[in-house]
Amino acid sequence: MRAQTMAYFDQLIPSGMVMAKEAKEQGRNVVGYYCVFSPIELIEAAGAVPVGLCATKQEPIAEAEKVLPRNLCPLVKSSYGFAVSGKCPFFHFADIVLAETTCDGKKKMYELLAEHKPMIVLDIPNSSNLEDRQAHWVKQIYRAKDYFEKNLDVKISNEKLAEVIRTYNEERKLLMELVSLNKLHPTPISGTDLLKVLWGRSFQFKRDEYTAKVKELIAELKEMTAKGEGASQPSSKRILITGCPTGTGQEKVMQVIEEAGGAIVLQESCSGIKGLVDLVSEEMDPFEALAEKYSKIPCSCSSPNTGRFKLLSRLVQEYNVDGVVDITLQACHTYNIESYSIKEHLKKNHNIPLLQIETDYSDADRQQIKLRVDAFLEML
Amino acid sequence: MKWTVGIDIGSVSTKAVLFNGEQVDSKIIPTGWSPSQAGQEVLERLLKPQGLTRDDISLLVGTGYGRIQQGMFDKTFSEITCHARGVHYLLPEACGLIDIGGQDSKVIGFGEKGKVEDFVLNDKCAAGTGRFLQVTAQTLGLEVSQLSALAEDADPADINSMCAVFAESEIIGLLAQGITVESIVAGLLKSIAKRISVMAGKIHFQDTVAFCGGVAQNQVLKDLLSQEIGCRLAVPPCPQAVGALGAAILGYEL
Ligand code: SF4
Ligand code: SF4
Repeated sequence: MRAQTMAYFDQLIPSGMVMAKEAKEQGRNVVGYYCVFSPIELIEAAGAVPVGLCATKQEPIAEAEKVLPRNLCPLVKSSYGFAVSGKCPFFHFADIVLAETTCDGKKKMYELLAEHKPMIVLDIPNSSNLEDRQAHWVKQIYRAKDYFEKNLDVKISNEKLAEVIRTYNEERKLLMELVSLNKLHPTPISGTDLLKVLWGRSFQFKRDEYTAKVKELIAELKEMTAKGEGASQPSSKRILITGCPTGTGQEKVMQVIEEAGGAIVLQESCSGIKGLVDLVSEEMDPFEALAEKYSKIPCSCSSPNTGRFKLLSRLVQEYNVDGVVDITLQACHTYNIESYSIKEHLKKNHNIPLLQIETDYSDADRQQIKLRVDAFLEML
Repeated sequence: MKWTVGIDIGSVSTKAVLFNGEQVDSKIIPTGWSPSQAGQEVLERLLKPQGLTRDDISLLVGTGYGRIQQGMFDKTFSEITCHARGVHYLLPEACGLIDIGGQDSKVIGFGEKGKVEDFVLNDKCAAGTGRFLQVTAQTLGLEVSQLSALAEDADPADINSMCAVFAESEIIGLLAQGITVESIVAGLLKSIAKRISVMAGKIHFQDTVAFCGGVAQNQVLKDLLSQEIGCRLAVPPCPQAVGALGAAILGYEL
């Protein structure tokens, strides 16, 4: 059974494209960003609309490969391809772009992209235990503030930022409430639908409407579970997804899992709850608070990435997970290498097996993925 | 009496096993262009001599890449699960298996009752598969079945290319340098053994490991592999049909 409210989320990204144009026509500023490390509250506090630019489709990759090496993460290639081919309205209508020094592929791609849009690249330290990490982050947040103020001709006040932080915290809490419904068994919402809701968050222009719809969805799902209806079967194995971000258009691994009868409970990735679990402090100075929250994103670009191990430990227990599927994009070295340690960690501490699926955005390996997924579900 | 049949539709051959608490018979035919036709045909060839019909079979279980044939099977399992179950039946002392197939290679570790605990598959390229042997044997004008005898006492040449395409040019280079065909063949087998042992390293094997697939008949490769992995390798009877057998057993146990 599928909630009727999902119809709204089905059209979220397409209608977002139209709204991007309308927003520009109304003179609103649009700021594109790529990564969960991006302090989007700052964009909103600058009176601009934040839009996600991470692309997860195969289509523009050929265009990107005219410039970028073939042996590169498809997310980087797809994002670049969409940007330079002019086929992504979100990139097209963005006034400026907020980027960050995470993985090497992205860093170097941004250098090329800087020719197409004005952009600011936040310097994100790679070591998660850098001594003056907080001070460094605070500086980066202020750099972004100055850049926005200058280029968008606005002022970002402490009050406005504090207010946006509160709103975004509410949104995060609400989304976590939605995700938490899947602690139930059978799960009320499928993994691919959950992805649609969460991924859609970064492509919409009416945040109030979006949150109202999320509330509606939660209510509808609760009603459905009360009637004993769910998105999976009582016999379904409970699967947690981790690894590289998986966006809509590229959810093939998740589709294969669900078609094979697995229940995707939630995603611990950027496209899932990585950025939602921690709130921004409402007590601290808002700039310091932003710095604190975003410095703690458990991404594999940080070393050591102990946060991801802790988060996974918590999630497999809270959500009663049977098995973990780690989706690694080809040529993503950090997630690919970390997969080994995650597998050992889960086995040793929780006796939960991990299946790593290395893939890209093409559809060519669907059968191979299916074989692995079938075998994995059978062994759980 | 309860009968079950397991059919393993692979890319090269289709295998079927009849089971009634014990393996009664098995049949192997080429898959050809139509997996569903091959499935029907092998079933017929299996049942006829026994005087059985489809109605006598309480469960028809499919595995292999052709298991997705709509409507043919009562139940399907992945070949990973089936291989493990089949091997466990034939060699209860084994803790895992290595299967070098035509298109892919599998390394599977299993526990009690042959339940899969971990597996590694290689099927993105020909490295470490039967296909690699086939292509390289062709370059030398040989049949895969000749390789073992040729390599028996030879000193293995160093072959570094894991890719079938590049290995071909490497072989031509070696021949030009005057390296013997025997050494090259031994080198090829060694490179496969190395490749598979890397996969096997990810599964923590302790004792006996079963060696399956058509290539398991190659004695030299078997010895090289067991050296590289540091485990005893045992070849089960009829190593090509363990997947079909496993499917039949899983069906029987349902
Ligand atoms: S995986 Fe890391 S680098 Fe990639 S989008 Fe997420 S936070 Fe950013
Ligand atoms: S998936 Fe990996 S390689 Fe690709 S952009 Fe994210 S961190 Fe970089």
